[in-house]
Amino acid sequence: MTNKIFLIPLQICGEGNKGTNMEFFRIKQDIPFMSYGRYTTSISLVTFIVAVIFLATRGLNFGVDFTGGTVLEMHYAQPADLNKVREQLSGIGLNDAQVQNFGTSHDVLIQVPLKQNTSGSKLSEQVRDTLHSQDASVEMRRVEFVGPQVGKELVENGAMALLLVSLGIVCYLWMRFEWKFGLAAIIANLHDVVIILGFFAAFQWEFSLSVLAAVLAVLGYSVNESVVVFDRIRENFRKLRKTEVAGIIDNAITRTMSRTIITHGCTQIMVTAMLFLGGETLHYFALALTIGILFSIYSSVLVASPLLMIFGVSREDFIKPKAEVEEVLP
Amino acid sequence: MNQYPLWKNLLILVALIMGLVYTLPNLYGESPAVQVSPLRSGVTADSTLMGRVETALKTSGLNPDAISLDATSVKARFADTDSQLKAKDILQSNLGEDFVVALNLLPRSPQWLTGISALPMYLGLDLRGGVHFLLQIDMKGALDKALESAASDIRSTLREQNIAYAGVSRDGRLVTVKFRDAETRGKGENEIKQHFGGLLLNDKDEGGEFLLVAALKPEEEKRIQDSAVQQNLITLRNRVNELGVAEPVIQQQGADRIVVQLPGVQDTARAKDILGRTATLEVRLVDEEHHYAEGSPVPFGTEMFKERDGTPLLVKKAVIFTGERISDAQPGFDSRDNEPAVHINLDGVGARKFKEATRENVGKRMAIILFEKGKGEIVTAPVIREEIGGGRVQITGRMSTEETKNTALLLRAGALAAPMDIVEERTVGPSLGADNITRGFHSTQIGFTAISIFMIAYYLMFGGVSVLALGANLLLLVALLSMLQATLTLPGMAGIALTLGMAIDANVLINERIREELHNGNTPQASIHAGYEHAFGTILDSNITTLIAGIALFMFGSGPIRGFAVVLCLGILTSMFSAVLVSRALVNLIYGRKPRLTKVAIG
Repeated sequence: MTNKIFLIPLQICGEGNKGTNMEFFRIKQDIPFMSYGRYTTSISLVTFIVAVIFLATRGLNFGVDFTGGTVLEMHYAQPADLNKVREQLSGIGLNDAQVQNFGTSHDVLIQVPLKQNTSGSKLSEQVRDTLHSQDASVEMRRVEFVGPQVGKELVENGAMALLLVSLGIVCYLWMRFEWKFGLAAIIANLHDVVIILGFFAAFQWEFSLSVLAAVLAVLGYSVNESVVVFDRIRENFRKLRKTEVAGIIDNAITRTMSRTIITHGCTQIMVTAMLFLGGETLHYFALALTIGILFSIYSSVLVASPLLMIFGVSREDFIKPKAEVEEVLP
Repeated sequence: MNQYPLWKNLLILVALIMGLVYTLPNLYGESPAVQVSPLRSGVTADSTLMGRVETALKTSGLNPDAISLDATSVKARFADTDSQLKAKDILQSNLGEDFVVALNLLPRSPQWLTGISALPMYLGLDLRGGVHFLLQIDMKGALDKALESAASDIRSTLREQNIAYAGVSRDGRLVTVKFRDAETRGKGENEIKQHFGGLLLNDKDEGGEFLLVAALKPEEEKRIQDSAVQQNLITLRNRVNELGVAEPVIQQQGADRIVVQLPGVQDTARAKDILGRTATLEVRLVDEEHHYAEGSPVPFGTEMFKERDGTPLLVKKAVIFTGERISDAQPGFDSRDNEPAVHINLDGVGARKFKEATRENVGKRMAIILFEKGKGEIVTAPVIREEIGGGRVQITGRMSTEETKNTALLLRAGALAAPMDIVEERTVGPSLGADNITRGFHSTQIGFTAISIFMIAYYLMFGGVSVLALGANLLLLVALLSMLQATLTLPGMAGIALTLGMAIDANVLINERIREELHNGNTPQASIHAGYEHAFGTILDSNITTLIAGIALFMFGSGPIRGFAVVLCLGILTSMFSAVLVSRALVNLIYGRKPRLTKVAIG
């Protein structure tokens, strides 16, 4: 049902105007986004709840950065025999080591959880020596060992960063616009963050430090999106004196729509290049960004603005009533 | 109509030229080099060293591309890795043990660029390959050790002064001394107060016992912790020198951690072995009856060690005591003649042994030998002037303050280095590093091309302007990163790509606004003007929120994430400049002079 309403006012222009023009969105009328507010917020709510359920039941698959432990990346000259690698590792008492292919069949990723009795820093040598004795062609490409305390601190620092970014954004938007805007934007964007995390929980993708960085970057970036819409709303309140609040918001969203899609499209081009060409290390980073970008379009248009309505944004938030009083006097 | 004042155009031009100049070194690439740096504090890198390097290379038929001298080292650049490796062996055997010869990479950029300190970006370990260690110092252990030795010192002090006590025990962070009556406790307290300035003393009566409870003063605790960190830093530096790493990073992080980064080191086992080695210290007597002659065998019961200046000395094999007995060593001055001196504190056992040894050997020399990796070196070999009791030893004589500081450090290094644990390790092989660079570079290149094609197709001339502005952004960002020598990591490279993708937003905002103004029926010139004016506020707002995220990431992120944050923040600044000023200048150049402009190519 919603699809149908979307299609009517949207006209994709290819012909008619000035010949060579390329313009995706020539929108004649404002799209009544606010009238679907009820549906979109409920869709959001459902996705949000699903994401939370995944987070609660499955939890995030934290990488070695957060849990502590050792990760080794080995490169073999010929396709590696994972079972043999597993056998060799159990030979030195590492039964709980996870062995899997990484990128290509020549690359093997070994993950060993933290142990109380052995020092993690010795472990990498032990593994390397063992594998080396079986196959001299094996090359150690990467080792990461994170002690338990460091992992704990990284989790704390990550949470602090998230909190600080959220507070910073709310304060900035409060100063620049109004508290209602700050609150609406941060709720909409934290909803994005929860959904990204929900995806990572649902598919059990590894949540590493770089994914956390991507999540925080998305937070800053998608607030961006809300700011552009809010900017228009503020401008419209000043310009379109007769229009209803809903109409003003609809107009603001419709006018910035084209920019929204093009900007996100361009950013997504870059992120897609990273997703496919950036290698394994950047893969999940780019994946988190992709989900973040997609949902930030949705949330800034269809979550932040309805929230703004719910918080009761009005013309008086921008135009001081005092000025009107003075106008009445003479 | 749309014209920038001259100064604004000039500003943009200057910024772009600077950007170009500082980006250039990145394009020249790097070539293999050998770096020679002196190991001892007495030797400096100067023109004589440069001459030695030059002749050594010439006589063996190696022709370096360039030899340069800087504050700490002499560097020789070669065309290929083969001659680099050969040169390393030749130099190492030629110059001896006083110098570290390390492999390095040097920028190939011409002299004039290096002259204005335009260097290529500083690559992080994940891009160039290498080892990163985070070491945690066991502060609890250091404090326990300090208290333990305080307890044994109190014991021997009380015994010396003939003050009767019933027992001294350490319990956690407290040392408890038991006395039989209040009077002796008072005497003991005075004595202890006199000798141990760093202890906080409290009387306590408990179950008919007269107790004196001593704890470390907070400032003393801090001093012990600081000196533990400093001492470990020095020890690590000495050891890393031995590894022959060109640009090691050894830094304190937080209160009790040390970061060690060794670019280019692959053999982690050896690196860990050398870093984790414990030095031992031995105090022995010098054999005064025999003299060392080169070539002849050393007399029975003696060993030959070299002093720090290289003079050989025969030392008896019998050990008086080892470094564990030294509880502290500090540089200072002799209280009588103000000569620089090293003050050593021995624990109870050490003090007793030292007293015996000095009583029997007045007028003879004793040697303090530091053993590292099974190799001994004499730190100092002073003459015994008199019998020394009480465990407080002072070494003076012909030392500069610098030397006393070094000696004290070496003594401590062998004596009470607080134990360290590796709490984080990240090793990246060189092939993976090179792969990471290629991948990062490729994805940026392809993304940039795709965006360019799209922008030009969609916005025509204005799209072209946006692409040029985006190019300027990349140029300025790389230049800024090179100038600041900020560490570029793989997430940092992702950051470059991401900021480029995000930077286009500003131009899209402007172009969309101009289109809209045109649709509203405004003249092209007015539309351009209004487009830039109106979009600026929005661009500012939206960038500041991203900047907030970037700053938070920088504050709380570690390692590679910090690299991402730096790029993100700098990228936002350069994109504001290029998207608004550079693109406007270009538009002005193309359209600005035509007063009766009827059509602009914006699609």
